[in-house]
Amino acid sequence: MNAAPSTQMDVPMAATSLRHKDLLGIADLTPAEIMLVLETAEAMKEVGLRPIKKVPALRGKTVVNLFFEPSTRTRTSFEIAEKRLSADTLSIAVANSSVVKGESLVDTALNLEAMNPDMIVLRHASSGACHLLSRVCRSSIINAGDGMHEHPTQALLDAFTIRERKKTLAGLKVAIIGDLLHSRVLRSNIHLLTKMGAQVWVCGPPTLIPTDIRRFGVHATSRVDEAVRDADVVMLLRIQLERMEGAFFPSLREYFAVFGMTEARLKQAKPDVLIMHPGPMNRGVEIASEVADGPYSVILDQVHNGVAVRMAVLYLLAGGVEHEETV
Amino acid sequence: MAVVMDADRMARTLARIAHEIVERNKGLDDVALVGVRTRGVHLARRLAEALKDITGTDVPTGALDITLYRDDLMRHAVGPQPLVRRTEIPFSIDAKRILLVDDVLYTGRTTRAALDALIDFGRPRSIQLIVLVDRGHRELPIKADYVGKNLPTSSDESVQVRLVESDGRDEVGLEQPQEETL
Repeated sequence: MNAAPSTQMDVPMAATSLRHKDLLGIADLTPAEIMLVLETAEAMKEVGLRPIKKVPALRGKTVVNLFFEPSTRTRTSFEIAEKRLSADTLSIAVANSSVVKGESLVDTALNLEAMNPDMIVLRHASSGACHLLSRVCRSSIINAGDGMHEHPTQALLDAFTIRERKKTLAGLKVAIIGDLLHSRVLRSNIHLLTKMGAQVWVCGPPTLIPTDIRRFGVHATSRVDEAVRDADVVMLLRIQLERMEGAFFPSLREYFAVFGMTEARLKQAKPDVLIMHPGPMNRGVEIASEVADGPYSVILDQVHNGVAVRMAVLYLLAGGVEHEETV
Repeated sequence: MAVVMDADRMARTLARIAHEIVERNKGLDDVALVGVRTRGVHLARRLAEALKDITGTDVPTGALDITLYRDDLMRHAVGPQPLVRRTEIPFSIDAKRILLVDDVLYTGRTTRAALDALIDFGRPRSIQLIVLVDRGHRELPIKADYVGKNLPTSSDESVQVRLVESDGRDEVGLEQPQEETL
């Protein structure tokens, strides 16, 4: 193109490429790669504000959205992102997946692969499903949530939304409150936020705190006040009744009384605190309506930014793995 | 590396182009500048200042990133994706006379991508092309309306445009392929 190669001067500390075939989790990304995704997403966000919200970057690429668990937000967000990049997309929703065994997942994927897609966006109830497909598929696998393991694009869009308001992630106190045990959003967010230098506090009933959570470099508590005090960001997690096979707490009413985020509890946070929730929300359980709809809430910004972040991931992965040996 | 345009010469070249713009467009009311990232944007801003000095008119100026429109995206086997930067065109280009600014005109493929990108923003009345250096070797039927310097080159040479805003100094250099060590 131009004779003079452009420098990356406006992109400090970001990597210049994502050297991965797949996006399986935040655990695999370096801070520089996270910055690359976030900064690419800033450029992608502008595309969504144009009169013609479409660029030809992924023309001729085929993306399959394979969803073994119900999802409105994530699937719609991926579909819009794919269409804005001009990819050909198709979505397969497998409604009931209670008997999904490794074999049937692999078979489904191999059959899809026979039709030569370039990328597969996978949501699955089993942790590690994406890693399994990554080993058997030639296509790029993007994890759209696997069991209780990771949901990397959610953590990336959360980080994007925080950075949009706070400019940086380093040094922020982020309190994550709710069902810690069953949350893939939590795991991805812990990886991302600690890599980027944020101070992470997690809070929930003792029965819903994973025993080894402190190994990930976070503070864990069951006292909401301690988690919320002077927080820059308060992120609520949904109580995932569908994943609970026992009584983790007496009742939803009691959960709300002890852990629910109310205006009164929020007063202990910083005055410019951000309220986040990955959705879907249970109003009156983990979050009071007045907080969800209140002035600190950036919950709908998260949804809005999800499209730009997913466009960035799709674009960056479409380049494939850079082989050092190629001349 | 041979310097083919120094800072002084570059300043005079841009001033000349600014005067040509005024002369050809007879009033700048519906004119807007759009620079192609990275260095085209710096040049567009400088031209906007020059046009303000000459006519007193503030010409709206935007920045266009053409990465998502490149014709070589997805055509290489595998490799890192080019970086995408923000496009910022904070005005409507409908019915405007757009002055598209780039540093080097070579194959014409960047300009083709820029034209496609611009058309997605609206329907300008016309698009004119301004380049600091035209080094020849066109692969597409594209021609600049304003040229700072015609520079005959061989295709294995490389033209380096350096600007104060991004590189610390103003200069155009011509590099031979064997002289790559710094």
